[in-house]
Amino acid sequence: MIDVLETKDTGEFIINVGPQHPSTHGVLHLIITLDGEMIKDVDPQLGYIHRSIEKMSEKLSYRQFIYVTSRMDYLSSHINNQACSLAVEQGLGVELPPRAKVIRIMMAELTRLASHCLWYGSTGLDLGAVTPFFFGFRERDEILDMFEDTCGARLTMNYIVPGGVMYDLHPDFQKKLKQFIINFKKNFHEYHDLLSGNIIFQNRTKGVGYISPQDVIALGCTGPVARGSGVSCDIRKWYPYEGYENLQFDEILETEGDCFARYMVRLREMEQSIRILEQLVDAIPEGEFQAKTKNVIKLPKGEYYQKVETARGELGVYLISDGTQYPYRVKYRSPNFSNLFAMKTMAVGQKIGDLVSVMAMLDLVIPDIDR
Amino acid sequence: MTKEELKSTLTTLFPKATFEENAFVNLNISSTEILKICTELKENPMFDFDSLVCLSCVDWKTHFTIVYLLRSRSFKHELMVKAKIDNHENAEIETVRNLWMTAHWHEREAFDFFGVKFLHHPDLRRLFNPDDWDGFPLRKDYMDEVNIVEL
Repeated sequence: MIDVLETKDTGEFIINVGPQHPSTHGVLHLIITLDGEMIKDVDPQLGYIHRSIEKMSEKLSYRQFIYVTSRMDYLSSHINNQACSLAVEQGLGVELPPRAKVIRIMMAELTRLASHCLWYGSTGLDLGAVTPFFFGFRERDEILDMFEDTCGARLTMNYIVPGGVMYDLHPDFQKKLKQFIINFKKNFHEYHDLLSGNIIFQNRTKGVGYISPQDVIALGCTGPVARGSGVSCDIRKWYPYEGYENLQFDEILETEGDCFARYMVRLREMEQSIRILEQLVDAIPEGEFQAKTKNVIKLPKGEYYQKVETARGELGVYLISDGTQYPYRVKYRSPNFSNLFAMKTMAVGQKIGDLVSVMAMLDLVIPDIDR
Repeated sequence: MTKEELKSTLTTLFPKATFEENAFVNLNISSTEILKICTELKENPMFDFDSLVCLSCVDWKTHFTIVYLLRSRSFKHELMVKAKIDNHENAEIETVRNLWMTAHWHEREAFDFFGVKFLHHPDLRRLFNPDDWDGFPLRKDYMDEVNIVEL
């Protein structure tokens, strides 16, 4: 839905993109000022899917408010649940059983893979290639099947709870995961064959949407967007949680800062997630999957902050407890919120057609911005 | 810097500020000093807080606190700065967007939901709610009988 709103005397156009434009992947509304085909200004209009999750959380108990967070960044729902659970566990002071920790990391890495698979497919669609969508969804479906076996859900999992995870792993999980790793490694070269080496794709992404490391830091970007400009920000490496410090994996950095660099970061991250899964699949400890916690959780008066690395960057959960069973204030520092506003820096001076590649490589999930 | 070193250095520089203990070093200050202290925290190479991770506002019914979570990329230390705004009716605080650009939108969000005015902010509009929205939804005394369902 692109329509020209008005023409200024200077010959500049003001154009609305969205809120129902397919390339915005949700209800994002951009007001773009154009000079001919050149983008002069981008002003995102937010709030079309605002559900006031922060206000809702103040009326929900410490067990309930976690479920709402699955609806924030719905492609990283395990990791959102994990962040909230970790914040609550800080207050409870509970020690997790080793099995729960390993299950959580495996789920988080599978989520990251599934999210990047979806991004790969939708990026292909945005830039005019249909086949990547089928490739991405082939792997994504396998992962979602594993999730469905264990948690009963494919999108909003609500599986990770304070004290551990809700159910034990499905008996077939280990077998399926092993098969998935084999399949993925066999198929992964197709991802590169199809898009990375494609000259049309390269022309649309290389040198497009440049952002400097200084701007990345000033704008607070995290995740693959920041790492595409060579800014190290992986929370799993910087402030390890839940045993990431014991695992072998690399933080992926690319230095070009353009759309192609952000594309390569995500593809190479998928390999690292597989590497983490390989280390864990045969080392799932036996034992309890949940620590003993009270039915009604009351956190001691105080403040708790937990940061985790989602598929899109740093998610922070800031909890303030006043000693009752409901949080006094919950603030989510969502990765997409900061990443979105880098769009102006990336897109100004580019052609309007490049805006689609810029948005595709930002990999925005709008419900996470609007919360 | 470790937490203890950070705390002792901060005490010598800002004798009026108070601290509280939790996972972070918390620096409690008055809202009038925010720009001075934040500039010092960013520019001083001893601290080098070059990124603002999170900016949020808390309504304590009698006053607001604006919470700034700062991180230094070179030292990997973090600091929570809490600026207390005593005036609940006309809450005002100086903007920090000239130090950390990301504050531009975080402050617009805080203005949208809490009605805290950020002085010298060049574009202080509502971010999520429509411009003609009545009231500030995340305030504790916000009432909306139509849209909020009590459980």
